[in-house]
Amino acid sequence: MDTFRKLKQYYWPYKRYFFVSLFFLFFVTGITVVYPIILQLTIDEVVLKDKYALIPYIAAAFIGLMVIKGIATFFHQYLGDMFGIKSVYKVRNALYEKLQVLSFKYYDNAKTGDIMSRLTSDVEGFRFFLSFGFSELIRILLLIGLSLSVMFYYSIPLALVTMAAMPFLAVVVFKFDKRVHPAFRGIRKSFGRLNTRVQENISGMNTVKSLSREDFEIGRFSTNNHDYRQNYIKTANIWSKYFPLMEFIGNFCAVALLAFGGYLVINQELELGELVAFFSLVWYIMGPLMNLGFVVNMFSQAKASGERLNEILDAVEDIVEREDALDTPIKGHVTFKDVTLTYVQDDDTALTNINFDAPPGKVIGLIGATGSGKTSITQLLTRFYEPESGEVLVDGRPVSQYKLKTLRKHIGFVLQESFLFSTSIRENIAYGSPDVTEEEIIDAAKRAQAHDFIMEMPKGYDTLLGERGMGLSGGQKQRIAIARAICINPSILVLDDATSAVDMETEFKIQQALKEVMKNRTTFIIAHRISSLKHADEILVLDDGEVVERGTHDFLLQNNGPYQRIYNIQYQDREAIMNAAHSS
Amino acid sequence: MTAKKAENGEKRHLKRFHYTIDQAIEKPFNWKQMWRLLNYLKPYSKTYLPGAILMMLLSTAVRLIVPILIGKVAIDVAIAEKDPTLLTYLVLGIGVLYLLNYVGNIFRIKWVNILGQNVIYDLRKHLFTHVQSLSHRFFDSRSAGSILVRIMNDTNSLQELFTNGIINLLMDIVTLIGIIIILFSLSPKLALAIMVVLPLMFYISTKLRRNIRRSWQNVRIQQSRMNSHLNESIQGIRITQSFSQEKENTEFFHGLNNDNYLSWQEATKKSAMFRPLVELSNAIGTVILIAYGAYLILLGVDNGGIEIGTFVSFAFFLGMFWDPISRLGQMYNQLLMAMAASERIFEYLDEQPIVDEVKNAHEFKEMNGEIEFENVQFSYNEDRIALKDISLRIKAGQTVALVGHTGSGKSTIANLISRFYDPTCGSVKVDGHDLCNVSLRSLRNRISVVLQDTFIFSGTIMENIRFGHPAATDEEVIEAAKVVGADEFIQRLAKGYETEVEERGNILSAGERQLLSFARALLADPSILILDEATASIDTETEVRIQTALRRLLKGRTAIIIAHRLSTIREADNIFVLENGTILENGNHEALMEQKGEYFDLVKSQFQMLDAI
Repeated sequence: MDTFRKLKQYYWPYKRYFFVSLFFLFFVTGITVVYPIILQLTIDEVVLKDKYALIPYIAAAFIGLMVIKGIATFFHQYLGDMFGIKSVYKVRNALYEKLQVLSFKYYDNAKTGDIMSRLTSDVEGFRFFLSFGFSELIRILLLIGLSLSVMFYYSIPLALVTMAAMPFLAVVVFKFDKRVHPAFRGIRKSFGRLNTRVQENISGMNTVKSLSREDFEIGRFSTNNHDYRQNYIKTANIWSKYFPLMEFIGNFCAVALLAFGGYLVINQELELGELVAFFSLVWYIMGPLMNLGFVVNMFSQAKASGERLNEILDAVEDIVEREDALDTPIKGHVTFKDVTLTYVQDDDTALTNINFDAPPGKVIGLIGATGSGKTSITQLLTRFYEPESGEVLVDGRPVSQYKLKTLRKHIGFVLQESFLFSTSIRENIAYGSPDVTEEEIIDAAKRAQAHDFIMEMPKGYDTLLGERGMGLSGGQKQRIAIARAICINPSILVLDDATSAVDMETEFKIQQALKEVMKNRTTFIIAHRISSLKHADEILVLDDGEVVERGTHDFLLQNNGPYQRIYNIQYQDREAIMNAAHSS
Repeated sequence: MTAKKAENGEKRHLKRFHYTIDQAIEKPFNWKQMWRLLNYLKPYSKTYLPGAILMMLLSTAVRLIVPILIGKVAIDVAIAEKDPTLLTYLVLGIGVLYLLNYVGNIFRIKWVNILGQNVIYDLRKHLFTHVQSLSHRFFDSRSAGSILVRIMNDTNSLQELFTNGIINLLMDIVTLIGIIIILFSLSPKLALAIMVVLPLMFYISTKLRRNIRRSWQNVRIQQSRMNSHLNESIQGIRITQSFSQEKENTEFFHGLNNDNYLSWQEATKKSAMFRPLVELSNAIGTVILIAYGAYLILLGVDNGGIEIGTFVSFAFFLGMFWDPISRLGQMYNQLLMAMAASERIFEYLDEQPIVDEVKNAHEFKEMNGEIEFENVQFSYNEDRIALKDISLRIKAGQTVALVGHTGSGKSTIANLISRFYDPTCGSVKVDGHDLCNVSLRSLRNRISVVLQDTFIFSGTIMENIRFGHPAATDEEVIEAAKVVGADEFIQRLAKGYETEVEERGNILSAGERQLLSFARALLADPSILILDEATASIDTETEVRIQTALRRLLKGRTAIIIAHRLSTIREADNIFVLENGTILENGNHEALMEQKGEYFDLVKSQFQMLDAI
């Protein structure tokens, strides 16, 4: 119940829908039970006693009741649904807002698929429960209660005979539910596995075809396909075992009713109409009883779903803006003082004692093997993470003193993975600053050497990019990502391995253009290629989270350190070639 | 101007993303297509299908007989004439019928599901197997997601049709006809009177339900838009936060959520009308029964009236009327949806592999790896010519490098060697056999391609390497990993070769993934090895390690290398310099440098750029 209390703020504002819906439910259920009574009256009072004058009244009453029931049914269902839909609308908005502000740290440990399943199936489970589950439980209890009272009113012995079957049915229903839900989970899981298998096969089709492994893949697919089928058939077998049995118990009950009731009618202890009414009433009890297990199960699932939603809503926002945070323009002077960073507590440090100073106009190059901490340095700058110790200063103030929006608005980031959104190229470039003009967009694209290839596309800047920027090469995606970063007119620009898929000639042109844009601003370049960061004012060579070497390109070339080694590998035959070139 | 700019900025983000929904929802009924679908039932036409139909008929019969027994025999004869013995027999008789029904139901549910699942299994397997045989051109023009939807969701939407749909269709038709016949034989007058509600019921179950379903489809479309956005916003959250667009995206999402809310409201309003209308039409039937039925009883049997038992039977049958009609309406809708799904499935099944094998194709048992291009032309589509008249010869065991700018045709040459495409003109030969006349399998079995972005399948490292040669033993896999220098980092992982990896996972770095793909290629032991930008995304230190691995990998094979980096290229026996689909020059590194042509310029400009920055 704690789960539902925590979520109360999302559904309680709409409680009126629920209660009005419940009010109509009473009419619906009441009138349902009236139907067999009318049948009984027709037979016993009208037909058997020859009071045919009553017919118009009975018919009119019946139609009247059914119209009321129709209206009540409509409002019960509609308002109940609205209760769920409105609440879920509110929950979705809250979840989305929360997901926007959760930090990188949260996403490092979260899987997209898991969050998605919470946002879709768990939200839906919660809605279904609000719309349907709770009032269904009330309906079942109400219907069984009313039907039993009518039965007992008509004939106590006959009602007892009917009730004798109920425990058997209850046991069967209970057993069925216990077995069928794990079986359904089995189906879902095997479907998930089959889905993953097919998805991987299609995504890796190039690899499959290059190695000519189609038959192998068909074999693996068949195993999963078979597994899915078997799981399904297994579940169907549970159905086939219990469902006919439930129906049989109900039917058996009806037969017992006929035998004992018929005997009572013959002995004139029961009216014929009452017996006929019993046949309807029996199913008003058996039907809901068969559903009871389903409803109870829904309760526990809604609870689990609610918990999973609360997990997101309650997740800690570890990057919090200070109340007195500043909103002053940033010039771009970056200073790191003894910065140490640990991603996960008790884990090894990602950065140890990093120091540097980058006044506006400077270019800082970062080089080192994968995992050496290059990206971590830049992510501290934007406050995606917070250092364990030491200070990250921008324009002399710790980054935590700025409003997040102010800070990030002034930092243009090109991430390693150039993620583009499903929208036009234009909107992708304008992503960081929705109020830019067309000219600014084109200008940014030109500087990123993207304008020419964009214009070659039939739809130019209106070209829509599909899932994960499909249809563009890696280098083209990177160039659009660079244009996106330039477009916000940043004081600090971070290029995290941003040109790895761009050929050297294009990269050269991009660098020329950036040199012009970044005059008097600060630039960070992370790269593997010496050519990408050779011109930096200071190059930091990182290894295992520590700066092992620093200085300009020319200095580092004489330093006998890792930088020189990398240089030699990349340009081992430069001298020979250049000599050949000069002598020509 | 500034005002306009501000307004532009205010609204822009509300329309910032575009999501297309690739899903046709319904199609008109089509007999030819239906027949093609029904063919999948053929393998079971002597087992599960007739069995299920038999069981269905059995339980339908029981359900039709019992109300007559209760009404006409039990009430009119046994109870009316106070005959306890007859009542006892009757009760026993009905008990036996119900027992039969019980057994029939067990087997019906069982067989119907086995039938449906087998059909879906066959259909999906057929589709998957067919897709495997399709050529690169097929995959070039479709996103992975849209292919997945057809193999998984479209087949699944046929599941219900083949499981319960067809059997229920038969059952409902039998029941409905049965009830009508019984009612008319019991009392034609009363039957006729009650039939008045039939058109009303049909109307509700087809037209109204269709209207309702359309509005639910709208809900589903809104939901998939919303889900597409949610998925994307989670994957792109780092970009969003970098550009501090959280607020703007939240506003965009509010719009989506609101559209979704409105579509729900619309759909729920319509569907809430459904049940009241159904019950009302039922009530009309009941009123007719009460009023006219009572009048007929009053009339007495002798004057063309009815007995009370007939009245009770009618009451029972009236209650049974709605279900089959409702299900028939549902069935109709289901068929329309099945049409859409099957059309999409058949569209793929009718897709012919463009690269097809001839009969009696040559099987490569051994391959030396000699490659020859004779006046080859190739274009991906009409307006994009990729290769113009290429002729080249690669001797067995040679290492050849292809150099040139993006779009010069390097990868196309590699694709033609594996016969992922056929040349538009000219011929490609391996060991003197024109590739159009060889078996694809035997060709590709002898060729390995290592791409820039290696695909890692979810599974253990062992399984991933073994992918190159599924029959390899653990020892052979480890041996291959050792040769390419991957063993070292694998051993360092906590679970070694049994470490679970996945495509999106970050257990492996780019360089490590590449080493795995080298091991994979080595294990396949190809005669021809193609490296397509295989070392582009790797840091320098790792590349040095890979260089060593590469040398071992290339030994004794024909190799085609596509690369930017000089260090890889300069060791090649022959370098082809390409531009716009033609070969400008070829020769080894020294010869080409000597020649001072395109290659020389290319090399020189790389270093000059380095100096210029």
